[in-house]
Amino acid sequence: MHNKSRITRRDALKLAGAGAAVAAFPFARPAIAQGAPLKVGLLLPYSGTFAALGDAITNAMDLYVKQQGGKLGGRTIQWVKVDDESKPERAVENTSKLVEGEKVDVLIGTVHSGVAMAMAKIAREAGLPTLIPNAGANALTRSQCAKNIFRTSFGNSQPGVAAGKAMIDAGIKTAVTYTWGYAAGEESVEGFKQSFLAGGGKILKEVRLPFPNVEFQAGLAEIASLKPQAVYSFYAGGGALKYMKDYAAAGLNKSVQLWGPGFLTDGVEKAAGEAGNGVKTASHYVDTLDNAENKKFRADYNAAFKKFPDVYAVQGWDTTHLLDIGLKAVGGDVSKKDDLFKAMRNAKFNSPRGPFRLSASQNPIHNFYLRELKNGENVFVKVAATDVSDPTTGCSLA
Amino acid sequence: MDLVLIQLLNGIQYGLLIFLAASGLTLVFGIMGVINLSHGSFYMLGAYCALTLTQFTGDIFLSLLLGVPLAFVFGVIIEWLFIRHLYDRDHLQQVLLTFALILIFNEVQKILWGSYPHSVPVPGYLQGGVKISELLSYPYYRIAVAGFCVALALAMMFVIQKTRIGRIIRAGESNREMVEALGIDSRLLFRFVFAAGVALAATAGIVASPLESVYPGIGEPVLIISFVVVVIGGIGSIKGAFLGALLIGVADALGKVYFPTFSSSVVYALMAAVLIARPGGLFGRAA
Repeated sequence: MHNKSRITRRDALKLAGAGAAVAAFPFARPAIAQGAPLKVGLLLPYSGTFAALGDAITNAMDLYVKQQGGKLGGRTIQWVKVDDESKPERAVENTSKLVEGEKVDVLIGTVHSGVAMAMAKIAREAGLPTLIPNAGANALTRSQCAKNIFRTSFGNSQPGVAAGKAMIDAGIKTAVTYTWGYAAGEESVEGFKQSFLAGGGKILKEVRLPFPNVEFQAGLAEIASLKPQAVYSFYAGGGALKYMKDYAAAGLNKSVQLWGPGFLTDGVEKAAGEAGNGVKTASHYVDTLDNAENKKFRADYNAAFKKFPDVYAVQGWDTTHLLDIGLKAVGGDVSKKDDLFKAMRNAKFNSPRGPFRLSASQNPIHNFYLRELKNGENVFVKVAATDVSDPTTGCSLA
Repeated sequence: MDLVLIQLLNGIQYGLLIFLAASGLTLVFGIMGVINLSHGSFYMLGAYCALTLTQFTGDIFLSLLLGVPLAFVFGVIIEWLFIRHLYDRDHLQQVLLTFALILIFNEVQKILWGSYPHSVPVPGYLQGGVKISELLSYPYYRIAVAGFCVALALAMMFVIQKTRIGRIIRAGESNREMVEALGIDSRLLFRFVFAAGVALAATAGIVASPLESVYPGIGEPVLIISFVVVVIGGIGSIKGAFLGALLIGVADALGKVYFPTFSSSVVYALMAAVLIARPGGLFGRAA
């Protein structure tokens, strides 16, 4: 396999230089007084299926740091990037490259849950501050939690809990689940079942498709014969797009509502076109959220990158925000680990997604919004559930 | 209509589509002896080509008319640049070079089209479908694709069995030196066969694009299933690829009804069974 690590020391130097120049100008202080730069390792996908997500997260983090004058907690930020290619089999090697090879001070990663699990194992042993900007595997903030590991995205079950509640609220009594039969799909369904069954709903059947198979016809035929009021599905990316199109082409969209977590439509809203009309999803972000942080974030991001941010960019933004809060508390000194972790754990701030804080196992407690896809846009319907937390099952911190 | 019948229909349609992809692979593998791992990339390029062309032409079938000759020319260029150096080399080197091509095509795809999934519209006159149960309808486009695949399969069998070029291809497969001794330039023959293989993969990618979503890596599962089809059908046999693909399509679809938990292994179990009973494949020469 090709080795495509993107350790961009030159880029980092340029950024550091720019940051130092900006900081030095108003006070005319020599840059050398600022101390050594803080090395932040980015373990993210810059190629493969999830490349767009890695780019969005990186863009938002870069924007945050630039707006802070290139510094967090008084330390110039130096990014060290490694492309993890979303390949779990290379996760240990890639993480070690950053932790042992580059000796980074802070680790940020990643998108793919399998890669994140391997990364977290190394991070836990190394004890360095680690922030997860996307991977949703429940275990990361349940049985595998650690005091140095923080997640700024979501746990896989959280959107399911919110969607299940919203379906009960919408008067739905019978549902079929149809998902990829791998960890993320199973965990999403676990969350959905939790709230849907508690609300008196009935699940007629749990249909699974092996990941990453995209031949949906068999399950669709089964759904048509079971005649539920709604279907709850977890698919993502290209698979999700094909699923929505097949669902509509089979005519099911006329008689059975399609529900899912936000990933079912995120990033493929436009491509889904008419086929996506009426698909309802629960997510911790909607483009049109009416709060000051979101408006400013969207305008700034668009000005910097000539496109509007998505949920992944928001997660990246919050990652640097959380790190910033921690670093400020210790004046940029990451060796004061207890104080750093304490400040991060207790952080409360307004994110573009709304109020953000962390649970005892350091997973976000945040609102979930019900959205309906209409002509290529996820339209805000209502707040589906407020302050959704994930169980801390098996976590030693809780 | 009951679930099994619906699945049978789905299986046949899926099988016909993988036949299209596998037919090019079996030709290149059977006649030229080249293991072409980049076959899936040509499928992917076909799908992306359909995406871009359909933005201009507005109709997937017009894109097909334009895209197939483009793919053929592209195949000629790739053969001239890379593949022709592989004929006298061993399989390991063929695998290395064609694997490198996968990486290159993936990067090119990312540079040209980005990493977000896209969709290609079904033409207006094929929107909608036939109602086959109370809630379910079967899309017209899928029926059209199935018909197209059958027509193409018949045309290929006719060309290979009944025409002069078909006879040369078959002769080249059984004895290359003898064909050359009879005054036929095997370099030209191979170039033609490889380009035809690329054109077939691209055709599959183009007609499948409105059914699929077009996204990076779309060709990789197609490559794997195509190899399974080639092994089951017998290397180099179009008839074998046709029956093998149908078998796999139906086995996969019915497997999803009867053994949902093991559905992804049904296809490979079938391949193992065929290999035990007929090691050369259904229509292959005894191995």
